[in-house]
Amino acid sequence: MALLEAAYQEFRSEVREFCEREIVPHAEKWDREEAISEDIIQKLAKKGYLGLTVPGEYGGQGKDSLYYAILNEELGRACSSVRSLVTVHGSLVSETMARWGTREQKSTLLPRLAKGELIAAYGLSEPEVGSDAKSVETSYQEHDDYYELNGQKKWITFATRADIIVIVAKNGEHVSTFLVHRTDPGVKIEKIHGMLGTSASGLGLITLENCRIPKDRLFGMKGMGFIQITNTALDNGRFSVATGALGIALASLEHSISYANERKTFGVPIGDHQLIKKKIADMTVAVKAARLLCYHAAEVRDRKDPSTYVHTTLAKYHASKAATMAATEAVQIHGAVGCLNTHPVQRLFRDARIMEIIEGTSEIQQLLLSNYALKNLTDIID
Amino acid sequence: MNNQDQIKEFIQKKVGEKVSFSNADDIFKLGLVNSLFALELVVFLENSFGIQVENEDLDLNNFRSVDNMNDFVAKKTA
Repeated sequence: MALLEAAYQEFRSEVREFCEREIVPHAEKWDREEAISEDIIQKLAKKGYLGLTVPGEYGGQGKDSLYYAILNEELGRACSSVRSLVTVHGSLVSETMARWGTREQKSTLLPRLAKGELIAAYGLSEPEVGSDAKSVETSYQEHDDYYELNGQKKWITFATRADIIVIVAKNGEHVSTFLVHRTDPGVKIEKIHGMLGTSASGLGLITLENCRIPKDRLFGMKGMGFIQITNTALDNGRFSVATGALGIALASLEHSISYANERKTFGVPIGDHQLIKKKIADMTVAVKAARLLCYHAAEVRDRKDPSTYVHTTLAKYHASKAATMAATEAVQIHGAVGCLNTHPVQRLFRDARIMEIIEGTSEIQQLLLSNYALKNLTDIID
Repeated sequence: MNNQDQIKEFIQKKVGEKVSFSNADDIFKLGLVNSLFALELVVFLENSFGIQVENEDLDLNNFRSVDNMNDFVAKKTA
């Protein structure tokens, strides 16, 4: 019996066909060149994938979280760098704006984001600040008719392409978030080269020097940049990363099954050897469990259960671990072939490692999960 | 169960049965609420009382105590 209703299966077929035609043939090249093409961004926009969950009234497709899970899973299966564009643009910024943007931001900016006319990124991490997000050092000063921002943001996905970047900044103990345009005076963006995985995701170092922006660029309530905006954005992003990691795990398994049936040693396909069978079995269980956790998180998100974030955390923690395990085993099953930089499994292997770091490391997910379980285990298990 | 009791029950479940607090206590000052729980509270209020918490509603004073949340819900549903 199929896990999903027909409409979702049709959507998966549509996205898979798109990925096989427009993304898979270019993924290794983009990875080596450390950039996806502008053409694929426009094609994603044209399909409505950059605003899939944004409500129709703001120019999006108004689809539910399960559609979004499928989109991210299929993109992750094809190319994690492309998936990471959808994560930062769609999840971290657009979905968060749909939730907490001012009426003005939702009516003027959000439709342009949903249609891909503007691309957005999220500037949280800094040279000295990662998981300890409340400790950002980028500062803001409030003046009569403008805010002034100073500081640096590092490892910012698609900073090199984004038109708008959400900047998390601090004034004393107050954390606020702002919409900074790449063309604002005092903004400098440099590309970061040499990343292990998701190499084509346009990571950048952003320097803000006396960057003055109008008052209406405040995103969320003043002083609520962490509680309101960043927590919402990270929760949205985690869901996208979880389902993207599921895609990596699935691709690793599919490549492994195909190779295990075709490659022969000792006169038989390697899939006949018991130690390879064990790997395939472990990968299959990990992928299925990841899919169930991700789709369950989608269902919980859509019914707006207060415990949504813990189910998303659970899915992200498991799916990213499953991606690492499955991609590692895929390289092992492929042997030397899987180590060649033209073979997809070596890219999956490198991309999988990133899934355990972005949108909260596996260690942060463990803290969140255990803290929650110690008080409310039934909310997670039931 | 009235609104106040419903709100109290939700928080009590989250912070554990052994923690005691009154309807007037500032749950932020008591350290009962972390930033993630704050968002859970928002979603709980929206779901349980059929309200939409907007950007401008996110004044911490609306969420400081069971009483304040009860007043906030009453205002939103008036």
